Amino acid sequence: MRLELQGITKRFGSLVANDGIDLTFEPGEIHALLGENGAGKSTLMNVLYGLYQPDGGQIVVDGTARTFAGPGEAMAAGIGMVHQHFMLIPVFTVAENVVLGHEPVAGGGLIDLAQARRRVKEISDRFGFDVDPDALVEDLPVGVQQRVEIIKALSRDAEVLILDEPTAVLTPQETDELIGIMRQLKEAGTSVVFITHKLREVRAVADTISVIRRGKVVGTASPQDSEVELASLMVGRSVTLAVEKAPAEPGDATFQVRDLTVLDARGVAVVDDVSFDVRRGEILAIAGVQGNGQTELTETILGLRSPSAGHLLLDGTDLGPLTVGEVIEAGVGFVPEDRTTDGLIASFSIAENLVLDMHTSPQFARAGSLSPAKVAANAATRVQEFDIRAGSVQDPVSTLSGGNQQKVVLAREMSRPLRLLVASQPTRGLDVGSIEFVHKRIVAERDGGTPVIIVSTELDEVLALADRIAVMYRGTIIGTVDGGHAADRDVLGLMMAGVPLEQAREQAAGHHTALAEADEVAAGADPLVAPVQDAPVAPAPAAPVTPTPSTEEER
Amino acid sequence: MTALAEPQAPLAPAAQASTLAPVKYRGPLVVLVLSVVLLVVFALAIDPADTTTFRVATSRDVWQISPFTVPSLLTCVLASLVAIAIGVLALLRARARRSVPAWWYAVAGVVLLFAVLAWSVAGTGNAFPLTLLLVNAVGLAVPLCLGALAGLLCERSGVINIAIEGQLLAGAFLAVVVGTISGNPYVGLVAAPVAGALVGAVLALFAVRYWVDQIIVGVVLNVLVIGLTNYLFSTVLTNDPQGLNAPPRLPELPIPGLSAIPILGPALFNHPLTVYLMYAAVIVLQVMVFRSRWGLRLRSVGEHPKAADTVGIKVNPTRVRSTVLGSALAGLGGAALVSAGLAFTKELTSGKGYIALAAMILGRWSPTGAFAAALFFGTADALRRVLNNLGSPIPSELLGMLPYLATIFAVAGLVGRVRPPAAEGIPYKK
Repeated sequence: MRLELQGITKRFGSLVANDGIDLTFEPGEIHALLGENGAGKSTLMNVLYGLYQPDGGQIVVDGTARTFAGPGEAMAAGIGMVHQHFMLIPVFTVAENVVLGHEPVAGGGLIDLAQARRRVKEISDRFGFDVDPDALVEDLPVGVQQRVEIIKALSRDAEVLILDEPTAVLTPQETDELIGIMRQLKEAGTSVVFITHKLREVRAVADTISVIRRGKVVGTASPQDSEVELASLMVGRSVTLAVEKAPAEPGDATFQVRDLTVLDARGVAVVDDVSFDVRRGEILAIAGVQGNGQTELTETILGLRSPSAGHLLLDGTDLGPLTVGEVIEAGVGFVPEDRTTDGLIASFSIAENLVLDMHTSPQFARAGSLSPAKVAANAATRVQEFDIRAGSVQDPVSTLSGGNQQKVVLAREMSRPLRLLVASQPTRGLDVGSIEFVHKRIVAERDGGTPVIIVSTELDEVLALADRIAVMYRGTIIGTVDGGHAADRDVLGLMMAGVPLEQAREQAAGHHTALAEADEVAAGADPLVAPVQDAPVAPAPAAPVTPTPSTEEER
Repeated sequence: MTALAEPQAPLAPAAQASTLAPVKYRGPLVVLVLSVVLLVVFALAIDPADTTTFRVATSRDVWQISPFTVPSLLTCVLASLVAIAIGVLALLRARARRSVPAWWYAVAGVVLLFAVLAWSVAGTGNAFPLTLLLVNAVGLAVPLCLGALAGLLCERSGVINIAIEGQLLAGAFLAVVVGTISGNPYVGLVAAPVAGALVGAVLALFAVRYWVDQIIVGVVLNVLVIGLTNYLFSTVLTNDPQGLNAPPRLPELPIPGLSAIPILGPALFNHPLTVYLMYAAVIVLQVMVFRSRWGLRLRSVGEHPKAADTVGIKVNPTRVRSTVLGSALAGLGGAALVSAGLAFTKELTSGKGYIALAAMILGRWSPTGAFAAALFFGTADALRRVLNNLGSPIPSELLGMLPYLATIFAVAGLVGRVRPPAAEGIPYKK
C-alpha cells in the first residue's frame, strides 16, 4: 500500500502544528520521521490515524484521496498505530485487548474467546513474539505490551504500521529486538513509519529519513549521514552532542548511602539493601529502566519516603529521619523526574516558582509576608543567569516551553549553596538546545565541588554525563562501572535487564546489537564531535554560580 | 538481530521477589475482640434457665417443620467459642503471612449473628421467625441490588452515578401513580424504569456532554427529585389519594416445586415479580458484562476511553447508553420498594440509593458481588424489623442504625482492596 500525505495542515488555535506537510510512504519500507519533541510528528500521525481532522491537505491511499472520520476508518484502510502511551487496557487480557473493537462473536453477543486466542497465537507465532493470550496486560513487561500493540495492529490487517516513539520505554536490548521486528515486518511487505528523536536508532533501521521541524518537513536524509548532520537538520543549527567536560577530580565521599531499604505501601522492598558513595566533584549516574526503584531512592533522599532500614549520610548527618524541609536546609538540591507535577506549580508565576523552597527564608520574607520586590529581583537574576526565555517573570510558569520550565526548576535548586544535587530525568522531553544547557549546568555544579546524582533512563544521557554509572534493577544496584569511554553500551543494556556485571561483559563480548553494528558501519570519524560549533545556546558561566559550602558551615 | 542470551532475564520490573508483606492483623483481631465481648455480654446478660425457640416454617409451607428450642446460654456460649476459635486460627495464619480466606470471616459472622438472635429472644417466650427474616431480607435486598447494578453499569462505563437515590425515588413515584391510575401493578412496573431512565438521561447529558463534575450533578439530581416528588405528593397526590396514591399490590408468584423447599423455598422462590427480575438481571449482567462484546466495550470505555476510541469504539455514546440503561434498572428498584402496594410518602427511599452504592463497592463492581452485598444489607434491615416486632432487649433506636453501621464497616474494611474502573468520573474529551 502506498500512502501519501499531501499538504497536510493542522492548527490548534494560533499554533500551526503541521504546515503543509508532504510525505510518501512506500510499501515495504521503514520510513523514519525524525524531529524534536513538539516538532509536530505526533500531530501528523494522529491526523493520519483519524484522531484529528486536518485543516488542509489530503491523505491519499493507493492513488485515492481518503478522509478518516475516526481511527476505525483509518484502520479499515489498513493503517495501524502503536501509540507512545500504549492504548491497552491494563485489566483486560492480551486476547481481549487484541480483539477489542472487532470482536469475534459466538452466539448471543458473547465473545468467541477461542478464536480471539487463535488470532493472537497466529500472529505471535509468525513473528516469534511468545505472547500468552490469557495474560493480563498489566502483568506484562513494557516490551511485551508493545508487542501486544503490534499484534493488535496486525490483526486488523495493517499495511502501514506507525510506531510513535516506540523505544522511549524500552531497555537497549528490547530496542534491539524491536529493530528486528521492524525488519521482519518490512520483509513481510508492511510499511513501517518510525517516529523518533533518537538518532542512533534512525541510522540503524531506516530506509528513508524525513526530518520535521516546527511543523514542516525540512528535508530528507540518508541513514549514512552522521548523527551530527542529522541533529543539525533536526534542530536547525549546528549542535554539539557530546558534553564538554573535564575529567572528574573527585574529593571526599561526602554522601554515603548504607544498606538502604525502602518498602512501598504493600510491603514490597522497592529499594533493596542499596549502598553507594558519591564523592565531591563527581557525577554518579543511576541508570536503569523506569520503575526499578530509582524514583523511590530519590524520594527517600529528599525525605518524601522514610527508609525501613539503612542510612543516608550527608557529611556525617543521617538524612533518613529528617523532614523534607530539613533535608533542603541541609543543602540538598532536588530536580524531580516530572517537573510539571512535582517540580512546579503550573498556575504560579515564574518568580514565585523560583522561590518555592525559600519562601520562608529571611531573604524573601519577613514576619510571614513575602516581599514581592525581592522575589521579582531574584527572578530577574535567575532568568538571565539560566537563560530562561520568558515574556515576564510574572507570567504563569505553565506558559513556558518544557525546556524553559526545566530551567526554572534547575535555577531554583541551584541558586542555593548545595552539598548534594539529585537530578531525576533532568532532560526528559527537552529539545536538543535545552539538553545542552542543562548538561552544562550540571557539569558546572560538579566542577564546583558538589556531589551530583543523576537518575536517567536514557543511556545516551548517562554516558554523556556520568563519571561513574550505577545500574539499578529491581531495587538493587546490580553493578557499578566507570563512565566515559570505558563504558560499554551493550554491557549497560544487559545490566539494565538484570544481568550481573561479569556475565554482561561476557555476553556483550559475544555479540553486538543492531545499534552497535550500525555505529560501527558509520564510524568513519568520531560521530559525537561536531565539526562546527557556532551558536552556543547560552554563555557558559564564567565561574560556578554556587560556591560549595565548606563542611564546617552548619545549617 | 539478536535476542537476549542465556539467563532469559525478565525485561522489566514486575513485582519484586523479596517481599516482606506486612502482617495483616486487623481482620482476625476484629473477629476475636467481637466474639470475646459478646461472650462476656452473653455470660452476664442471659439467665441460665432461659431457652430460645426458632420458628423455621411459615403458615403456608407445604412441610410444616415444628419450631425447635435450645438452651439460650449454652447456644450463645458455644457460638462465641466457635467464633473465637476461628479468630485464633485466622490470627495464626496471619502471623505466618498467609492470607485468611474471606469465608472464614463469613462463617464467624453468621455464627455470631445466630448467637445474637438467640440472645435477642431469650426468655421472652417469643419464637424467633428465622424464615420470615430470610423472606424479608430478600425482599428488602431488591431495591438495593437493582440500585447497585445501576451504579455498576454506569461506573463500569466511566460515569459515577450518585443519583441512584433520586432514580429509586422517581421510579417509586411513577410506579405508584401509574399503578394506581391503571389499576394494574404491572403497568406501574413498566413505568418505573422510564422515570429512572429520565433522571439518568439528565445525568448523562451533564456528565458526558457538558463535563460537569459527576458527583455534583448526582447530588443535585437527588435533591431535585426529592423536591419534585415532595411537591407533587403534597399537592396532587394529597388532593386525590384514592385516585392517584393507592397502588395495587404486586401479587406473589410462587415458583412451582422450588417454593416448596423448606426454608429456602419461601425465602427465595415465593416473591413478587420484582424479585425474579432481580435474579434475572444479576445473572444476565454477570454474563454480559464480563463475557460479551457489549460488556467488553462497556468496560473498555470505563477503563481507558482513549484506547477504546483508537479501536473505533464511540466512547461517549457508549457511556450515555449504559448510564440510561443503568438508571432504568434503578427506576425498577424504585418500583420494588412499593411492590407491596404501599402508598407514596415523602422521601420514601430514606437513603437506600446510597446503601446501593455501598453494595456496589462492596460487591467490587460485579453483579454477583452486588447481589451478595445487597443481601447482606437487606438482612441487616430485615433483622431490625423482626427484632423490633419481637420486643428484643436491644433498643430499637440502636437497631435502626444497624444497616448504616453495617454499611460503614463493610465499606471501610474494603478501602484499598478494591479497584474501581480506572476512568470513572473523568469526562472523555478528545
